[in-house]
Amino acid sequence: MDFLVVFERELLTFRRRFWRYFFAGMVNPLLLLTAFGWGLGRGIQLEGVSYLNYVVPGIIALSTMNASFTSVGVALNISRRYTKTFENYLVAPIEAHSIVLGKVLGGVLRGLLSAAIIVVLAHLYGAEVSLSAEAVATILATSFLFASLGMLVGMLIWSHEDMNTFNALFITPMMFLSGTFFSLQAVPAWVAALIKLLPLTHASLCLRAAMLGREFPTASFAVLLAFALAFFLASILAVRRSSQ
Amino acid sequence: MIRLKALTKYYGDIRAVHSLTFSVARGEVFGLLGPNGAGKTTTIRMLTTLTKPSSGRAWVAGYDVVEEPLAVKRRIGIAPQHLNLDGELTARENLEFHGRLYHMPRSERRRRIQELLAFVGLEERADDLVENFSGGMKRRLLIARALMHSPEVLFLDEPTVGLDPATRRKIWDLIRSLRSEGVTVLMTTHYIEEAEQLCDRVGIIDRGELIALDSPSQLKRRLGSFTVEVYHSGRAERRFFPTREEALEYGAEHARCDACDFSVRETNLEDVFIELTGRRIE
Ligand SMILES: Nc1ncnc2c1ncn2[C@@H]1O[C@H](COP(=O)(O)OP(=O)(O)OP(=O)(O)O)[C@@H](O)[C@H]1O
Ligand SMILES: [Mg+2]
Repeated sequence: MDFLVVFERELLTFRRRFWRYFFAGMVNPLLLLTAFGWGLGRGIQLEGVSYLNYVVPGIIALSTMNASFTSVGVALNISRRYTKTFENYLVAPIEAHSIVLGKVLGGVLRGLLSAAIIVVLAHLYGAEVSLSAEAVATILATSFLFASLGMLVGMLIWSHEDMNTFNALFITPMMFLSGTFFSLQAVPAWVAALIKLLPLTHASLCLRAAMLGREFPTASFAVLLAFALAFFLASILAVRRSSQ
Repeated sequence: MIRLKALTKYYGDIRAVHSLTFSVARGEVFGLLGPNGAGKTTTIRMLTTLTKPSSGRAWVAGYDVVEEPLAVKRRIGIAPQHLNLDGELTARENLEFHGRLYHMPRSERRRRIQELLAFVGLEERADDLVENFSGGMKRRLLIARALMHSPEVLFLDEPTVGLDPATRRKIWDLIRSLRSEGVTVLMTTHYIEEAEQLCDRVGIIDRGELIALDSPSQLKRRLGSFTVEVYHSGRAERRFFPTREEALEYGAEHARCDACDFSVRETNLEDVFIELTGRRIE
């Protein structure tokens, strides 16, 4: 149960900074909902639903990704490089998987907060989306996946600048490409195939289906879980190998 | 308790530690002395499983640091050179989480935290965030944290840097009392007095190599227990002799001119250090 100690440390600062995270977490969703859901999306229909309803699951997916990835990745980078507090875990008699699980659960929490904020905001904007069990499962899987990716990247990358580069090369393109704002039916098949290599695509596919009451794409959910597991295990290896 | 066998560490082409071989007995306070960049921290990092040796082996409390890191980690406490406390937590929380990582029961954690906070004089700041602490306060908390789980072997990397003299002496007393409890201490320091007062044995390392290892008194005796310094026209020359008489004799003979002078004093560890490394310790 060592992971609980690591997690509770994260929980403590989460509680202490809740309102800061809360208000900071509202800014992006408000902008996205206003620009895409309200401004651009008024009157537009996509895949048979209003664009607002269409885009809300996408916004939830990308915000969950951002919150989980960044909270874990940036904090890890700082605690390895600057404050060196990460060393305290490395010299403590606990296994690498406990460290990773504790940190990742901390990131999951941030992802969940961000998703919850958008669900509430979306309803205020008049979106008609339902928070089904599948939707919750997808949000959980998505935040776990990207918190694990944050862990992995935070372990492999040393310089803060490279962190930004990774963001610019992978995270930001994913935000816009992964079927978050547009339908994959609208792009050529080969482009759609490429886009389906991105984990966030499967998150938005699952989430949209779950929130609009369509048939749940089990295969996409499996892909999501596979990515999550792969990143999680890779992070454990990275922590084990960190004593060069 | 601690054993190193040809322990070596390269960072690329940089030879940080070269073939260190020595042992530290249970209950011994062992000091590593060396100029900046000599490899002291790297040695401690290898012994505490944080850095993998390039070659050679090391055992702490009977366990190989590479093969059985977890067994080693359970038995050691570390106060690193950099102040890596969790600034987002209070002093009490820092110790509390530390105790939990080492599976200390709640009641024992509570007792120990009170005891240690009182000891390092941070009771009144116990519930303040550590990021607002002064450097000396952080250093004290760092030592408290290293002691929290009552380790068998303690690694202290420059434990009294930046401490006021009173606190430094308190830490010295603490280290002495730990020794009497059978705790093994490996420490580094830049304060010669600290090494002289505290360490049963001192290893002097330079450019990653161990160049001398003995008790402070033996090291001094080997160099010559008495130092004569002869000054002529602003330059000082230093010689070492086994007895005061010989030192005086040398001084009298070599300080004959008008502007010349000489003094004789007991040799200290700093003399040994400078003789061996050719550098002054800062
Ligand atoms: N992570 C690292 N990567 C590359 N070189 C390193 C690393 N850590 C230490 N070194 C090098 O190893 C050598 C020994 O450094 P170390 O920190 O062990 O010295 P030290 O004796 O503790 O010095 P100080 O008294 O300044 O603390 C130095 O040349 C240093 O530049
Ligand atoms: Mg050092």
